[in-house]
Amino acid sequence: MRFLELPWLDFSIAATLIGALWVSLVREPYRAARMGLVFTGIAFVFAFLAWLGYYVGVEADSISRSSLEPYIFGREVLVLDELSAPLVPAVALLHFLTALATPRNKMRRFSNSWSLASEAIRLAMFSCKASWLLVGLLAICTVPPYFELKNRVRPTRVYVLHMGLFVGLMVAGWTGVAASAGRSAPPTWATVLLMAAILVRCGTVPAHCWVTDWFEHTSFGIAMLFVTPLAGVYAAVRLVLPIAPDWVLQSIGLASLVTAVYAAGMAVIQRDCRRLFANLFLSHASLVLVGLELHTEMSLTGSLCLWFSVILSLGGFGLTIRAMEARFGRLSLAEYQGLYQHSPALAVCFLLTGLACVGFPGTLGFISTELLVDSAVEVSPYVGIAVVSAAALNGIAVVRAYLLIFTGARHHSTVLLGIGDRERFAVLTFSALILGGGFFPQPGVSTRHRAAATILAERRKWSALSAPDSAAMPDGRTELVPALPATMPVAAATGIAR
Amino acid sequence: MLTMEHVMTVLGAIVIASPVLLVLILGISSLLDRKLSEQTTTTILQGGTIAGLLAALAVLLAMLILGTRHVPIELGDWVVIEGQYHFSIKFVFDRLSVPMAILSFTLSGTIGAFASRYMHRDAGYNRFFVLYTLFVLGMVATSLAGTIETLFAGWELVGLSSALLVAFFQERRNPARNGLWVWTIYRFSDAALLLAAVAMHHLRGEGDFGKLLGTGLWPEVVPSLTSHQGLLVGLLVLVAAAGKSALVPFSGWLPRAMEGPTPSSAVFYGALSVHLGAFLLLRVSPLLDSSPLLSTVVALVGVTTAVFAYLAGSVQTDIKSALSFASLSQVGIIVTEIGLGFRYVALIHMLGHACLRALQFVRAPTLLHDYHTMENAIGGHLPRGGAAWAGSTHRFRDWLYRLALERGYLDAILRDYVAGPIVQLFRWFDGIERRWTDFLAGESSRESAEHKPHFGAIEEFS
Repeated sequence: MRFLELPWLDFSIAATLIGALWVSLVREPYRAARMGLVFTGIAFVFAFLAWLGYYVGVEADSISRSSLEPYIFGREVLVLDELSAPLVPAVALLHFLTALATPRNKMRRFSNSWSLASEAIRLAMFSCKASWLLVGLLAICTVPPYFELKNRVRPTRVYVLHMGLFVGLMVAGWTGVAASAGRSAPPTWATVLLMAAILVRCGTVPAHCWVTDWFEHTSFGIAMLFVTPLAGVYAAVRLVLPIAPDWVLQSIGLASLVTAVYAAGMAVIQRDCRRLFANLFLSHASLVLVGLELHTEMSLTGSLCLWFSVILSLGGFGLTIRAMEARFGRLSLAEYQGLYQHSPALAVCFLLTGLACVGFPGTLGFISTELLVDSAVEVSPYVGIAVVSAAALNGIAVVRAYLLIFTGARHHSTVLLGIGDRERFAVLTFSALILGGGFFPQPGVSTRHRAAATILAERRKWSALSAPDSAAMPDGRTELVPALPATMPVAAATGIAR
Repeated sequence: MLTMEHVMTVLGAIVIASPVLLVLILGISSLLDRKLSEQTTTTILQGGTIAGLLAALAVLLAMLILGTRHVPIELGDWVVIEGQYHFSIKFVFDRLSVPMAILSFTLSGTIGAFASRYMHRDAGYNRFFVLYTLFVLGMVATSLAGTIETLFAGWELVGLSSALLVAFFQERRNPARNGLWVWTIYRFSDAALLLAAVAMHHLRGEGDFGKLLGTGLWPEVVPSLTSHQGLLVGLLVLVAAAGKSALVPFSGWLPRAMEGPTPSSAVFYGALSVHLGAFLLLRVSPLLDSSPLLSTVVALVGVTTAVFAYLAGSVQTDIKSALSFASLSQVGIIVTEIGLGFRYVALIHMLGHACLRALQFVRAPTLLHDYHTMENAIGGHLPRGGAAWAGSTHRFRDWLYRLALERGYLDAILRDYVAGPIVQLFRWFDGIERRWTDFLAGESSRESAEHKPHFGAIEEFS
């Protein structure tokens, strides 16, 4: 137990920061890639240990005793809770497997130091609760992609305009929320601004074009790592969900619902595989938001399950597309290419991870989609029809892409184009997690249900605070969302046994 | 102490576990790129189907001896959210599911044995059998499903394996196009089934068929839903069934599906898959009992399909398409029987028709050889069919002939009036997005429009 009481989360973030600095000093790209891989691997192991410590019930106090955070910030600011505990190792795994599966011809393009720096920000962000620190991390998170575009001499205006809008809205909104902290309910304008910020960050129609534009211009690995963890959804859960009035949540839900169907429809007609991926991401991010904004316990559980499923499925799907791009360049969906016979393993992984995204039976996404549809129908049959339509269109888009890329023609090549060992390991790891979670979904659903209950408990706490006779937060703290200690029995807050 | 109940549970578990193991063995070996030899694949397939078939027959025998009509096998709750949601895995052996499961194993085993020779040394041998076992699992799960969620999972497996087998000959463009068309129709029908499942779940708070549909044993279930509820859910189920069984207006995909290898055509579109819609209607037949209007609609769809398939089948010029329409006309009649309330007749019709049509399909590749043998034997040409259409100048007949030749324009209607406008609408949106990002970027923003796939990267990669 003592071993798990070490501050593994801090170590994980430190490993990525040290790695980013170290790798930035290395000029030889293959050596930099090897070192980057080592550091992301170490960060994943540490993040996994942090998750393990949380689930075996290590007290937050015992972790903070050996942590440097109280000395630096005056208190423990980065802690795992029910929501973030599985997300942190999932993000670290995504980074590790992306680094592992980077083929040699991509190593010059794939910036390992920027990737490690981004990983550090993401790990910190996903272990941070609602506060100025989270707002700051969400803002900083948008910086590395800008430099990525700059370094590749690509247009930056679309990205800068949208991210500038996001950061501006978020900071303004949070300023309003912070100003009212501890005294009254947040002003409406502040929650509306936060809502708008979330919609921009999640790529909700009509502020969605930055996502497809970003995929057009940047390296696929970097683009995938930036969007797949769904940082916008995390911001929604931490910043908006606990404090927003119902009508704000309904507005987000409605916009997300439209986006889910719209992006799914767009995915069906795309002529470029990257744009397909971007639209699939948009559709799924919106579906997750729809579940969140319905804010029933079941919809929230389905949504959180879908979130985790999307990280793994879209991660695996993205890595497969990236491996194909390494061999064949940008993948066009305008004509049949018949690449199956050269890369059968990649074809299988493409289909498996793609279908997992759309909730095919036997995969991780199946039960999430079931939960989401079930809870959506409970709220309104029209919401249910829209969710089902989005899922159906996404399914058509994935199989269409599979057939266009892998079938319909005979492709001749003089060299072997099969999957490499490291790529195989990466995509098989994702496949194993997707199928394992699909066949044995209960543990995952249980943890997500506890997280959902915790979030709703926080929301109820805020609702009570917003009531006219409430003047101050229960414990008088200035932190806006009353943070439960990482190891505080959730049962105490939610009435659910762990 | 070992009771008969325990024995039945074990046998039931074997019935379900057999196809699951087949998929796991063949699927995982393929995923790990450790392909099994043809002999090993065939042996495993035979072992799995025979084990499943014998166990299903033993269950049937035990049911007959004990006079039991309903044997539920509950594998427990797969997912539970206390007090809010539970997804239980339950299989039911009754008068409907047992014959269907036995039929599935029998035909899958027989056609599998045929396919092991037919596909011998084919480059896609392994791929064929992975998809084939996935199909068998889907069929068995759908046949024995005791809850609508389990049925949905099996239903989706059948759909995916069917679509990918239509696109099996993947070096040609048409199989890929037809595979996508089939998949699109299936996704539409899957969406309808999912909505029906969710609607039922909400109306009754359960996914269990026994509690969903009413009280009693199939087919004498007393419906518990009201007429309006039955009509709503029933219409969704009918759409799902129509998509899967190629009933009007979705019939256009059936001849397209003939692009696949003959064994898969035989088992999918001659024997099993094409009857799955009818099976679904039989399974939810208490809904039909609760709503006379729904029964009428089902019967009308069945009659229309039968007439359409007869007409279209009469003018086909290739044997597989002719057989597929012949098959469809029988499915239409079966659906009509279901709509009219003849449940046992429909079940027996389905079983008999599946066996006959599977045989016809596997004999199809040797038909020309058979014709030559017969012509040699009689010393002349066989009489040619189609005389009824020849030499006619009657306007109605001409119209009917064109209608049949164009397969009722069903594909064209779906393409031009449903899929086409949706695609055009989204392409229009895509154009707007492009102009918008060009405007924001101040330059051309769509790199992908300028890129073509290139094959030089590999030199650097290797």
